[in-house]
Amino acid sequence: MGDVYIVGAGIHPFGRTEGRSGLQQGAYAVRQALADAGLEWRDIQFGYGGSDASGAADTIVNELGLTGLQFVNVKNGCATGGSALFGAFSGIAAGLFDIGVAVGFDKHPRGAFNALPSEYSLPDWYGETGLMLTTQFFAMKINRYMEAQGISRTTLGRVAEKAFINGAAADHAWRREPVDLETILGSQMVSDPLTKFMFCSPAEGGVALILASEKKARELGRDRIRIKAACVRSRPPGSFEVFSPSLDIERGVSPTVIAARAAFETAGIGPEDIDVAQIQDTESGAEIMHMAENGFCKDGEQEEWLANGWTRVDGKLPINTDGGCLACGEPIGASGLRQVYENVIQLRGAGGARQVQNDPRTAYTHVYGAPGVAGVTILER
Amino acid sequence: MAPTYTFLQKNWPRPFSIVGGVVSVDWSHPIPHPVAIADGLFTGGSQPHLIGGRDRETGRIVFPGPDDAERYEPVPLPRRGRLWSWTIQRFRPKSPPYIGPEEFEPFAVGYVELPGAVIVEARLANVDFHNLRIGMEMETILLPFTTDAAGNSLVTYAFQPTGGA
Repeated sequence: MGDVYIVGAGIHPFGRTEGRSGLQQGAYAVRQALADAGLEWRDIQFGYGGSDASGAADTIVNELGLTGLQFVNVKNGCATGGSALFGAFSGIAAGLFDIGVAVGFDKHPRGAFNALPSEYSLPDWYGETGLMLTTQFFAMKINRYMEAQGISRTTLGRVAEKAFINGAAADHAWRREPVDLETILGSQMVSDPLTKFMFCSPAEGGVALILASEKKARELGRDRIRIKAACVRSRPPGSFEVFSPSLDIERGVSPTVIAARAAFETAGIGPEDIDVAQIQDTESGAEIMHMAENGFCKDGEQEEWLANGWTRVDGKLPINTDGGCLACGEPIGASGLRQVYENVIQLRGAGGARQVQNDPRTAYTHVYGAPGVAGVTILER
Repeated sequence: MAPTYTFLQKNWPRPFSIVGGVVSVDWSHPIPHPVAIADGLFTGGSQPHLIGGRDRETGRIVFPGPDDAERYEPVPLPRRGRLWSWTIQRFRPKSPPYIGPEEFEPFAVGYVELPGAVIVEARLANVDFHNLRIGMEMETILLPFTTDAAGNSLVTYAFQPTGGA
């Protein structure tokens, strides 16, 4: 298997952009990534792309040019971006192509995601009686975790406080104002113990990454950032997932745990070797639980980590340096690729006010979503 | 293949008999025309049980019972169990799919571990939100939660602290 490099990265600002479709935001990101790599659209041999709510990604050729390239659409829930990256990575690692693009974009309506039972093979009464809400799942998962592991509400608040501080320093973030801890803890309760400021919102945005073989990356003089691992995993038995009318008493690990293990094994390094990480923070509790599920700390240690600021940009393991989903919002198709984009920026030392201070050489991303799918990447400089 | 649940819905709505012991009901104002939210979810009577589906081969129990009689047999689940986790639904869920009353009152939701069987998600009733604790003992009840256009009272399953409010 050949090495694969990221030679270009582009992003359309996240949040709300009136008058610009999700597809157009994706095309914007591709143009920016091409300019970053010093390439033209006609140089791209193949692509993988997807959106959850903004239509078929291959129509992007109408925006960018009818070059006849091979293009595969990806629709894989919250792992859409991660799966697009895996597709492009595989094509180059296998030696089939020298240069390709992974793109993800979306534009969701305002308000919480509205799932219907029939879309998930569930009976109608499950939604009719008010049980079919992602917010309830997140709240119940962290509520049990907090009780078992001694995590405080203040720690939940600190995760959001950090997100908004980092978002204020990220050009592509949606929420650009810091919010103090008291405001976060005292804001409207959405689903106990999680308040309004502890949840991310559906949003809009687009991200594109251009991947190249070692030979091509050298030619371009951009052979600095290598993809060491890109893994996507579905759920194992006994994992706790959204929209579950019942659970087995015998509990198991999450898809995150097995995706993380696979990625570390592929990369030949461990969690202690990672310098900066972007992990799924659909809400504050998710970041806390995912710190442990990805192997960065033991269950319960998050209380100490957050109190000591170890996940801030100047901490020992900076997490969600652009404010994550909490500050950027969650356009499903683009969210996983945003994490990789942010790691490219950090590895290049181009993070400005949010640049991590540890001269990072390794960077980790983790995306997770319904119905139990996780994607992990590890980059190395 | 994902299990489907059509058999739980094909007879809906149908008259459903509720007899004494439903603690949430004020018996001076009996429920008019109670109908179950779906068929095959629970038994009636004063001591209602949820009906799960047991995999004939592995013994694994799921709720609700999947629409696959060859693989799953219906089994009554234990009425009592312990609260596994909980939250409060503070805003009115979007319609569709929600069909609860327009005027919204926050309600509690939780998972209850029914020993030796399965952990079931449900509304929690007749409990002060401040008194909810993981590990507390809960029991199965039937709960009228809204009225349909024909004036029927729609009844779903729920859990309350053992022994009532």
